[in-house]
Amino acid sequence: MAFRDDVRRIRAIVWKDLTTERRSKAGFNSVASLGVTMLVLFGLALGPDSVALKDAAAGALWLAVLFAGVLAFNRSYQVELDGGALEALLLYPGSRWAIFAGKLIANLIFVTLMLVIVVGVGIVLFQVVVPPTWPAIVGILLLGVLGIVSLGTFYAAMSSRSRAREVLLPLLLYPMLIPVLLASMIATKALLFGDLMNEVGAWVRMLSAFDVIFLVATFFAFEYVIEV
Amino acid sequence: MFPDSSKSFDPPKPGLWPAFGLVSFLFFVFSQVFAVLTSPADLMMGHMQKMWYVHVPAAWVTFLSFGIVLVASIYFLVKEDERADLLAASAAEVGSVFCGLTLMLGMLWGRPTWGVWWSWDARLTSTLVLFLIYVGYLALRSFVEDPQRRGQWSAAVGILGAINVPIVWMSVRWWRTLHQLQTNPRSLSPEYLRGLLLNVAAFTLLTIWFIRRRYEAARFESAAEHAAQKAALGDNDG
Repeated sequence: MAFRDDVRRIRAIVWKDLTTERRSKAGFNSVASLGVTMLVLFGLALGPDSVALKDAAAGALWLAVLFAGVLAFNRSYQVELDGGALEALLLYPGSRWAIFAGKLIANLIFVTLMLVIVVGVGIVLFQVVVPPTWPAIVGILLLGVLGIVSLGTFYAAMSSRSRAREVLLPLLLYPMLIPVLLASMIATKALLFGDLMNEVGAWVRMLSAFDVIFLVATFFAFEYVIEV
Repeated sequence: MFPDSSKSFDPPKPGLWPAFGLVSFLFFVFSQVFAVLTSPADLMMGHMQKMWYVHVPAAWVTFLSFGIVLVASIYFLVKEDERADLLAASAAEVGSVFCGLTLMLGMLWGRPTWGVWWSWDARLTSTLVLFLIYVGYLALRSFVEDPQRRGQWSAAVGILGAINVPIVWMSVRWWRTLHQLQTNPRSLSPEYLRGLLLNVAAFTLLTIWFIRRRYEAARFESAAEHAAQKAALGDNDG
């Protein structure tokens, strides 16, 4: 029974967050535009040689997702704080982890939608030839996004309520995400070029291990972070 | 705020710590002199080899300090004892300094030996990432005023950072080994090993003393904060 109540709470929070985003649209549009802008800047820095562009496509894509994603995570709490709604959310009966799960799922949907746009633009701008193994690339994208979003949602719960939140979140988040970035970038790149060194399997395992470890750790730690 | 243990608000007594500090410092000087005088010049590196006696111990105490951060952070979350939080913060500061020192000394060694200041070697890269993780930890502490909030947030960040250390190490190693095989650490002959172990011991004692000094300072700051708060609330009988 209790678990079913938690599922309902999570669904309510996801729905609330997504509705807010859907009605304002400004948040999603600006974050997705920033992601695209990052790709253009990377293209200018690396191009116009098409071999170099193809070579750097995976790295540029992941960095664009990371830079734009950080804005989404802080926003997710900022909207609550501006409306004075976070206290009310915490006062509702039920487990605190349900709040984290709700925010995490909402951010996951938000960033995945942004990723669709960024990947589409990236394929065009970086002249990527989509290989027949593209479903595997989609899988890696989702695993990578899960790692970024779980830690991002967790650290934003602190940074959004501190001074200097704009600088604090990337400062805390980026070094922590280096294993995710390395694994996602190398696996994506390897698949784009046909996995000649047969290395994708190992990186996918590392990515999955990272996701599981930090999902569990952030769920436990969220209680301590949100109550003060 | 912290409701328990009024004694945690009092500044700590120095006790035997000044003597401990003096002994560790003298031991450190002795270890350095001993190691430099007793070790012959290396065939390949010449006297650059002497860098080991500061670089390797600095790397060791970096890990020791971050281990203390992890243990103190867990203790703080379980027991809510403010002193554990202050100890974690002190160890993180000292550890970051030694981590930076390890990187700088490594660069000074790398320039004449490898010909470059920096190489994207697995060990260098993961030490740099470790440094950045704890810079984030210290930044978080400096941006949060409320002691309870600062304690719980930085404990969570400290624990997550420590969990990530082996994962970062593995990922960076894989990233490197795909491109180039790592060099094996050469076996040490005893005349080098003696000096090295001696200096590791000396650095450990010095680090414990540094952390203790920083911890005392943190306790004084905290005691001053609590006294100011008490005065502001008009409670003058304590």
